[in-house]
Amino acid sequence: MSQATLGIRRISGHAGPAPGDDVERDYQVCKLIDTTTCIGCKACEVACLEWNGYTFTDTVFDNSYQTMPETAWNYWNLIKFNEHEREDGSITLLMRKDQCMHCADPGCLTACPADGAIVQYTNGIVDFQQQNCIGCGYCVSGCPFDIPKFNPTTKKMFKCTLCVDRVSEGLEPACIKSCPTGCLHFGSKDDMKDLAETRAKQLRDNFGFEKAGVYDPAGVGGTGVIYVLHDVTNPEAYGGLPKDPRIPFLVRFWKGPAKWIGNLAMLGGILGVTLHYLRFGPKQVDAEKRENGGQP
Amino acid sequence: MTNGWIDIKNTDMMLIMGGNPAENHPCGFKWAIEAKRTRNAKMIVVDPRFTRTAATSDLFLQIRAGADIAFLGGVLRYAIENNRIAKEYLVNYTNAAFIVKEGFKLPEDGLYSGFDGATQTYDRSSWNYEEGNDAGGEAPAHAAAHTAPSAAAAKSAGTTLGAAAVTPTPLPAMPPKVAYDLTLQHPRCVFQLLRQQYSRYTPEMVERITGIPKDQFLKAADLFTSVRKDGDMKKVATIMYAVGWTQHSFGTQIIRTAAILQLLLGNIGRAGGGVNALRGHSNIQGATDMGGIFDIWPGYLKVPNPTDVDLAAYLKRITPTPSKPAPWDSFNYWSNTPKFAVSYLKAMYGDAATKENDFAFDYMPKVDRNYSWTQIWDNMYRGSVKGMFAFGMNGVAIGPDSQKNIEALKKADWLVVGEIYPDETSEFWKSPGITPEEMKTINTTVYRLACAGFAEKDGSMTNSARWLQWKNVAVPPPGECRLDQDIVAQIFLKVRDLYQTQGGKFPDPILNLTWAYTNAQHPALGDLAKELNGKALADLTDPKTQVTIKRGQQLPGFAWLKDDGTTACGNWIYSGCWTEAGNQLSRRGTEDPSGQGIYQNWAWSWPANRRVLYNRASCDPSGKPYDATRKQVWWNESTQLWMGNDVPDFKPDSNPKDHMGPFIMNAEGVGRIFGPLGAFADGPFPEHYEPIESPVQNALHPNQSKNPVVKKLKTAADKYASPGDGFNIICTTYRLTEHYHYWTKNNRMNVQLVPEPFIEIPVELAAELGIKGNDKVKVTSARSYYVAKAFVTKRIKPMMIDGKKIYQIGIPIHQGYRGIQEDAGRDARTILNRLTPTVVDPNAFTPEFKGFLVKVEKA
Amino acid sequence: MELSRRTFLKGALVGGAGFSLLGFDLTPAVAQLKELKIARATETRSTCPYCAVSCGVLIYTIGDKAKNVTPQVIHVEGDPDHPINRGTLCPKGASLEQDILNPRRLLKPQVRRPGSDHWEDIAWTQAIDEIAHWVKKTRDDSFIEKDAQGRTVNRCESMAWIGGCTDTNEFNYLVVKTMRSLGLTYLENQARV
Repeated sequence: MSQATLGIRRISGHAGPAPGDDVERDYQVCKLIDTTTCIGCKACEVACLEWNGYTFTDTVFDNSYQTMPETAWNYWNLIKFNEHEREDGSITLLMRKDQCMHCADPGCLTACPADGAIVQYTNGIVDFQQQNCIGCGYCVSGCPFDIPKFNPTTKKMFKCTLCVDRVSEGLEPACIKSCPTGCLHFGSKDDMKDLAETRAKQLRDNFGFEKAGVYDPAGVGGTGVIYVLHDVTNPEAYGGLPKDPRIPFLVRFWKGPAKWIGNLAMLGGILGVTLHYLRFGPKQVDAEKRENGGQP
Repeated sequence: MTNGWIDIKNTDMMLIMGGNPAENHPCGFKWAIEAKRTRNAKMIVVDPRFTRTAATSDLFLQIRAGADIAFLGGVLRYAIENNRIAKEYLVNYTNAAFIVKEGFKLPEDGLYSGFDGATQTYDRSSWNYEEGNDAGGEAPAHAAAHTAPSAAAAKSAGTTLGAAAVTPTPLPAMPPKVAYDLTLQHPRCVFQLLRQQYSRYTPEMVERITGIPKDQFLKAADLFTSVRKDGDMKKVATIMYAVGWTQHSFGTQIIRTAAILQLLLGNIGRAGGGVNALRGHSNIQGATDMGGIFDIWPGYLKVPNPTDVDLAAYLKRITPTPSKPAPWDSFNYWSNTPKFAVSYLKAMYGDAATKENDFAFDYMPKVDRNYSWTQIWDNMYRGSVKGMFAFGMNGVAIGPDSQKNIEALKKADWLVVGEIYPDETSEFWKSPGITPEEMKTINTTVYRLACAGFAEKDGSMTNSARWLQWKNVAVPPPGECRLDQDIVAQIFLKVRDLYQTQGGKFPDPILNLTWAYTNAQHPALGDLAKELNGKALADLTDPKTQVTIKRGQQLPGFAWLKDDGTTACGNWIYSGCWTEAGNQLSRRGTEDPSGQGIYQNWAWSWPANRRVLYNRASCDPSGKPYDATRKQVWWNESTQLWMGNDVPDFKPDSNPKDHMGPFIMNAEGVGRIFGPLGAFADGPFPEHYEPIESPVQNALHPNQSKNPVVKKLKTAADKYASPGDGFNIICTTYRLTEHYHYWTKNNRMNVQLVPEPFIEIPVELAAELGIKGNDKVKVTSARSYYVAKAFVTKRIKPMMIDGKKIYQIGIPIHQGYRGIQEDAGRDARTILNRLTPTVVDPNAFTPEFKGFLVKVEKA
Repeated sequence: MELSRRTFLKGALVGGAGFSLLGFDLTPAVAQLKELKIARATETRSTCPYCAVSCGVLIYTIGDKAKNVTPQVIHVEGDPDHPINRGTLCPKGASLEQDILNPRRLLKPQVRRPGSDHWEDIAWTQAIDEIAHWVKKTRDDSFIEKDAQGRTVNRCESMAWIGGCTDTNEFNYLVVKTMRSLGLTYLENQARV
């Protein structure tokens, strides 16, 4: 257990107040990824693997510089390479680091039924607690970015922790530290938003990227990972970044209104039982049955 | 690098060509991104492929591999035609105003004056300055620059052309008083010759040769030269390159073109400027500094040759004398050569090096021909090189023509490999294709010595910014591994022991070599660093300051070196690295008061801890910085001294009124737009030549397509292709950011990032050949073949070269026959350099790894 | 019917309301933070051995350097004080831990004898002794004191040294010093190619 602790804002599968949410408010941490200065070097991939002590994955070359098709339970951080044809016919290479977005309104947490398997700390980091994880995979259905991955050996779900172990000790996440060009930044959400908007403006004003902008989708309440894109109107070109990600309706419904309808129904049931008890008193078990150890 | 990594952040304009820093120097490339972010600097990338560097550029141009001089020559022409030049800088800091001798001829037909076809060499005596005074007012009788010298003139120069190739013949000296024309109008002044030379490099010609459409070329030329729009001198442009420039049969001249362009634009010596060799390895800068190559001693002293019958003759030959316009001054720092050379001999031979025996000058081997890399393999192949030490150097994989190197090793008696991983060189005798029967016939004894890795050794490495940084030992070597220095010391001491006890051929240099290390069998690298720095062998007193250095003390720097045997110094440019104040290489001061990224107190850089070379040129002739916001050095009128944020690379008390040139390592004191006499083997100006294997004729002079002084090797293994034989696709080679040379194929972390070797093929070529992504492809050159998977990409496009459709492909170099994937049988175990040709650049002797011809087929 | 935990919970989501009782546990949950693995490690400053940027790296080892303990590398990270890389590393530098701890490392001297198809182990002293004899024999067989014109050249053209890209300055100096004393002219380095 680390010396430092982080307060928790939200817990999966847990009703009532999240412990810690009422204590002092932390900064919302945020990772800024400036895709216009990403050189696809994969230092972030290696730094992530090395820091988190993951074993090696057998990969296969697939007509691309990309290491593998998708992130994996033991590969949380993947640069997606896209050969992109611009309007004038010239070619460019769009490279985007793909990882958990640490949504302000995390679909995975919303969907998760296991008590304490997914937590959102007061600094905004969404973290999986494998000791509480039941491996059901509902988090996958809740995630619009297809991030949580299942480890078939331990039957647990895994994803980027935003190096919560480092962050809680005042260090930046491993990927951030390694990034050679500084396309990755880390700080408070406000600062990162500011930096991102400034950079996007610079790209529009000085480098001819008229559609440059910041990706911080409102559909999930904003994200703890934001992007600067050369063309914010076309996030799909960056390896399938969803234009308007949202938590799937069913997940929201079941874990939102449906849950409370259910709770009400449950309360009604309990109320009924109580009233029944008050009205009719305890149920009398037949003496014969009691002698048979409860068996009829 | 003339400048340094962090200094790139000071630039306004970047031209990245012949290099791919985003992939090969990611952490240095951050400063290019920094310049974009903080100064809105623009970046132009010119490369045969759209690389990951190109992905962050503002303008990318796809060039045909090997057409770089044509492109840069076109930019030179554009700058001159559009008056985007630094006139004052050009006149005062370069040899633009110098007048060249009558009889010098430009290569309109592909040949400079003085060419001898029989020996494929130039008599360079006409490549000289004219002696005289200010010729500004004189009306020249005729423009003689392009008239060929008469046969009589060549004879009267007294040259012996035939022997020139074998025995070095002394060239005439440069005149002490050079004729000049500060108006730059004289038809034989360097500037006018330059204008004439590149007048042929029109945008149309650039397009024909490089394949870059005229409009795109003009866009790039306009953007790059825009830093000198309207005569403004504040802005600065930098050029970055790597082996994409050096690995050609005209590589040195590509870099020369870049240097000329930077002189023309006044970008050298300035923060954010320069010509910057990025360099691909952690200590090849240091290895060169240390004379780890055949043609130099430590500190770039020329090696002696047999004409140097004694030390005096040697020193006279290698010590230049000033050559400049009479009213100007030239520091001519190489005039100190005798001090450096004698101190080196004293470091080598100590008390055995005396004035009487010419400081043991005869102990040193005398070199009279090319002994460079490809010559080693050629002569081993021919049977004269019997033994080889390969320490951390995978000669088989590095090539060129790897199979030739394997065949050569089969003929050697012995090979000693010092390595940390099993490599291709140590296992040449069981390389793919060798049968058990053949193995029995290979009589080479191979020792493979387990060495220590970087974390297990201390010592310093010199980066491309010339910083020497000391590293510490983190862990002991594993198993029975030994430190490299211990192995070499122990072998040498054993050899010395044998000569001591048994005698043998000329044992004196072996027996008398200094060996004053605390632990003879385990020399500490700190002891060696102290020897490099140098020490006083007698009490020395500076007559000016009366400061005294006691006998035995470490010297503060190379200014203290003497030519009378009272100082010893292993490498003069490293003098100052380990002084009486201790190890300067481990300094860790992080302060940078000027904000220019100079970091004066971090580690130590040669020479004398200067971070930007030739920084006097960042000021105008009066000593005032061209850009007040990026002040590096300046003349202080009150102290009558040069001072600055960086250490002035100049004579500290030279008043600007004396007009001393800022390029103190040149005898002229100024930058060389024209490279006189022996400076270059293939011409005083760069000229575009085709690679040795090219799909087209040279559009400038089809009758002289290739570099005329480049010689092909002649063993049975040296084969060269022409398009007529069906080899018509251009192949270029490179590294990937995920891998380092032939090293990280042993590292699972890197292997998983790029698990298999591949060949990058344009979509259009793949369609023609019926190749799909991930298909197995065979690439064949005149030498051999290579097999890997196809990476079909839009990032390399077909090109129109002189009206002909040409394809280029690209192959990363990292496959071998020992490695994680190789051992698991997951690739074809072919080495890329089986394909590459054995021709070399005539100046630097670097092989032409880039731009050779191949055939491509589905395997 | 046997109900696996997984299907049971799947049912829970579908049946939603009925099982949200689970959500009524009001005992505070505490999230487990992973311990910082370098908290007690020793930091050694080094230089990346790959390209010529020469990034500063910090090598983290465990083991307190007591006599009976061999330090073990657990992590390598960029040196944030280093003015050039400022703590960053590329994918090669970031994987240096795997270079130091690599199971493919050569661990002992070996020799391949003429005609042989395999490596044999050899003791260091014997290897060095044999190599020294090769050097002396090769040099003595071919040493050239004078060239055809009778000028002193004192060189040995029958053996070569090819030096690597990561050799330190001090090691390179030792090499050029010893090899030039033997008269070697074929002295080359990665710097050339």
